[in-house]
Amino acid sequence: MSLDSKSPAGPIAQKWDKHRFDMKLVNPANKRKYSVIVVGSGLAGGAAAASLAELGYNVSCFCFQDSPRRAHSIAAQGGINAAKNYQNDGDSVYRLFYDTIKGGDFRAREANVYRLAQVSAEIIDQCVAQGVPFAREYGGTLSNRSFGGAQVSRTFYARGQTGQQLLLGAYSALSRQIGLGKVKMYNRSEMLDLVVIDGQAKGIIVRDLVTGKITRHSADAVVLGTGGYSNVYYLSTNAQMCNVTAAWRAARKGAYFANPCFTQIHPTCIPVHGDHQSKLTLMSESLRNDGRVWVPKKKEDCGKKPSEIAEADRDYYLERKYPSFGNLAPRDISSRSAKEVCDEGRGVGPGGRGVYLDFADSIKRLGLKAIQDRYGNLFQMYEKITGENAYEQPMRIYPALHYTMGGLWVDYNLMSNLPGLFVIGEANFSDHGANRLGASALMQGLADGYFVLPYTIGNYLAQQKEKAPSTDHPEFVKAEQEVHDRLNKLMSIKGKRSPNSFHHELGHLMWENVGMARNEKGLKEALAKIPQIREEFWKNLNVLGDKEDLNNALERAGRVADFLEFAELLTLDALERKESCGGHFREEYQMPDGEAKRDDENFAYVAAWEFKGVGQAPVLHKEPLNYEEVHMSTRSYK
Amino acid sequence: MSTTSNSMTFNIRIWRQKNAQTPGKLVEYKLDGISPDMSFLEMLDQLNERLYAKGEEPVAFDHDCREGICGMCSLNVNGIPHGPDSQVTICQTHMRIFKDGQTITIEPWRSTAFPVIKDCVVNRSAFDRIIQAGGFVSVNTGGTPDANALPISKEIADLAMDAAACIGCGACVAACKNSSALLFVSAKASQLNLLPQGKAEKDRRVLKMVETMDAEGFGACTNTNSCEAVCPKGIPVTFIAQLNRDYAWAMLKGAAAEPKATVGGA
Ligand SMILES: Cc1cc2nc3c(=O)[nH]c(=O)nc-3n(C[C@H](O)[C@H](O)[C@H](O)COP(=O)(O)OP(=O)(O)OC[C@H]3O[C@@H](n4cnc5c(N)ncnc54)[C@H](O)[C@@H]3O)c2cc1C
Ligand code: SF4
Ligand code: FES
Repeated sequence: MSLDSKSPAGPIAQKWDKHRFDMKLVNPANKRKYSVIVVGSGLAGGAAAASLAELGYNVSCFCFQDSPRRAHSIAAQGGINAAKNYQNDGDSVYRLFYDTIKGGDFRAREANVYRLAQVSAEIIDQCVAQGVPFAREYGGTLSNRSFGGAQVSRTFYARGQTGQQLLLGAYSALSRQIGLGKVKMYNRSEMLDLVVIDGQAKGIIVRDLVTGKITRHSADAVVLGTGGYSNVYYLSTNAQMCNVTAAWRAARKGAYFANPCFTQIHPTCIPVHGDHQSKLTLMSESLRNDGRVWVPKKKEDCGKKPSEIAEADRDYYLERKYPSFGNLAPRDISSRSAKEVCDEGRGVGPGGRGVYLDFADSIKRLGLKAIQDRYGNLFQMYEKITGENAYEQPMRIYPALHYTMGGLWVDYNLMSNLPGLFVIGEANFSDHGANRLGASALMQGLADGYFVLPYTIGNYLAQQKEKAPSTDHPEFVKAEQEVHDRLNKLMSIKGKRSPNSFHHELGHLMWENVGMARNEKGLKEALAKIPQIREEFWKNLNVLGDKEDLNNALERAGRVADFLEFAELLTLDALERKESCGGHFREEYQMPDGEAKRDDENFAYVAAWEFKGVGQAPVLHKEPLNYEEVHMSTRSYK
Repeated sequence: MSTTSNSMTFNIRIWRQKNAQTPGKLVEYKLDGISPDMSFLEMLDQLNERLYAKGEEPVAFDHDCREGICGMCSLNVNGIPHGPDSQVTICQTHMRIFKDGQTITIEPWRSTAFPVIKDCVVNRSAFDRIIQAGGFVSVNTGGTPDANALPISKEIADLAMDAAACIGCGACVAACKNSSALLFVSAKASQLNLLPQGKAEKDRRVLKMVETMDAEGFGACTNTNSCEAVCPKGIPVTFIAQLNRDYAWAMLKGAAAEPKATVGGA
């Protein structure tokens, strides 16, 4: 079956305006009669919950942290893009749109991306009005920088803490609505299932993480802003608690999961140093503006101190291979190039899994002070973790799992194939195609939450005749019972292994076989092994403690159980996509020079998978991708 | 786990408390095979894996980002909130700063406004309620002026950013003998009061935030500066002085709220 994106007809620049005009509106006086559940308080969920409440809807918002201010968005460092053209360097809505489509390697939906570029400018206005302290010039205007993959300076930033400041802006708006009684906030609460009645999303089942109490929540619509699934790889730059449960539970209830194999590896992370490691730390990509990436030309030099390696013996491989983009080549290209040089035995640091990011030239050119001003906190962070001073010797970096472009399938209205289920932020799939550009996730999360969903959800609600069902509805009773049964099962296995040990095992397999470079053999091997780990999990898991209590191990066990099902779908998607594009690199499909070989004839579609049961083959639905504006070309960053 | 040459051994004394109703106590565990490159929380992960293997319930502690920005981690280590390393959270602290064989005492934040939920996990929702009272600019989504229409000097923007860097962890409260939340409150209030966008409701903001802070059971500030000493983000007490000025001014102008707050001078 082919999926309908519901992209409006007409010239691209007018689609959104026209659509806004065509959509049904909810009468202001009636808005309070509608209730909306927002799961997630990150940039997407927090912005949506606040904006919906301001419009007058009754909103309940859920997050599993102890405060909405701690959502994973808080950790974003580098910045947020917007087509403001404040630098007068030729930026425009069209250019941001074009860059995003091209950066996504022609696997994103044109209409959505254009809208994203259109609303990007409003986001900055909104954030400034909230008191977000963006960096400024002496004249008092906002400061910009250029960011991975862009040739214009369109990135706004707040030191190295842009995500924190944007999230605190959304959190303040959300807090205001909580204070006014318009949003009911549920902290330390985890959605464990979606309730679907007559094919429509009507509520969720939630576990209070402190008391263990299970509750039912009904609404006219459910919004998921639950983030990405990088942690299926165990080690990633994501916060420890990020997981796929909300999205996967929805998928099990019929929502299609799109392009799960489109995962992004970030080129500038601090390399792994040991087996006990629990997470990888990202060094903002903005460092690539002033740092030069290199490895020794000769393997024999890898053990030497970097200062002992002469200029002539260094291989600045990004500058060499991609002269026009150099150190700013897109993430997938930079990451793979790092893997390549390390595979050739030219990597540096423990295990030979690292490359240098060198600031010596910039310090010479701009002075130490300028570099300290720009990146001081990042250099400090690097030193705290590694014990090394990057002003004096180059940093060592290596790629790590960072972001997931795949997610629940949504149409132009950000609604999934399940009516009433809306998906925003990293949790959906729509805007970044096969590869996301730096500083575009914050933009998308806030675009969805502030400026897109509040309109499109109204269109859906205006057409609802029935009001939110009672939580006594048999589907609620059944869903709650299923949640109890599953928790009881997790508690009762009483085997020998901790949830963490299974997560570790799964993550290792995923990184080795379904990581930066994939091939048929490795993928098939993973497809054989994942069900074995899953089987062992359900036989040999041990969850200590009580169900009716704060129980980190039980929380973890539930999330790992979902990862163990979802990982299989991700791997299958990677196997079925017999091409290389963006973050998905299949070794079988490459050009003679090692570049990705995209296959537009056969794979210019969104792969949206329908769940059919654990261990059963999912059904593939395709949304064809048509490029009316941007001519599909081979990405070239040379 | 094998004990390598550079592995360390610690005597861990950690707070165990079943729930809010049950009294807790410090329990001692010996932990070997710890690498100096491990982060403090990775050390606790190791402890929990060993407890797991023995069939003993792991220690509950809050954490998420593990890179010093979410404000979730909240451990009092050897009597110091966020431990001995300066200007970092406990999740960014690495074991190399401890001595091999050392005893490490780990407790939750101690403050009546932050009741213990379990082991080392506390309830900090009082902070959220302070923000809900006034830690915002009253602006709805949409219809805002162009971002560059309002020039803000770099000095003011930078100062606001210094204040905005607060991660809401609560270490300042935990370090204060009076359980004062003034460093946290002053950071948010100053950020917004400094910026032109936030000036319109400045008086109302400080009165509301201070009023809520008092109602939540945080104590008065007596200028011991212990908050500044433990703050992982280096939020300076000069923001407390700024809040005091803003508060005095708002009181003088006799704005809405009742004058029952007790803000210390600084
Ligand atoms: C280290 C790092 C740096 C980054 N830097 C940048 C950058 O510079 N620029 C950029 O554009 N992007 C950056 N990104 C990406 C960007 O931060 C994220 O994609 C984005 O913030 C995701 O926002 P979100 O609102 O979709 O989800 P999140 O912020 O992840 O929020 C998810 C929310 O959902 C809740 N939740 C999830 N599941 C459940 C459940 N089952 N029940 C209840 N609640 C649930 C969580 O509690 C949380 O509130 C970075 C990412 C990382 C990891
Ligand atoms: S002021 Fe410092 S110690 Fe207090 S909550 Fe903020 S970051 Fe934590
Ligand atoms: S875990 Fe996020 S600040 Fe420590």
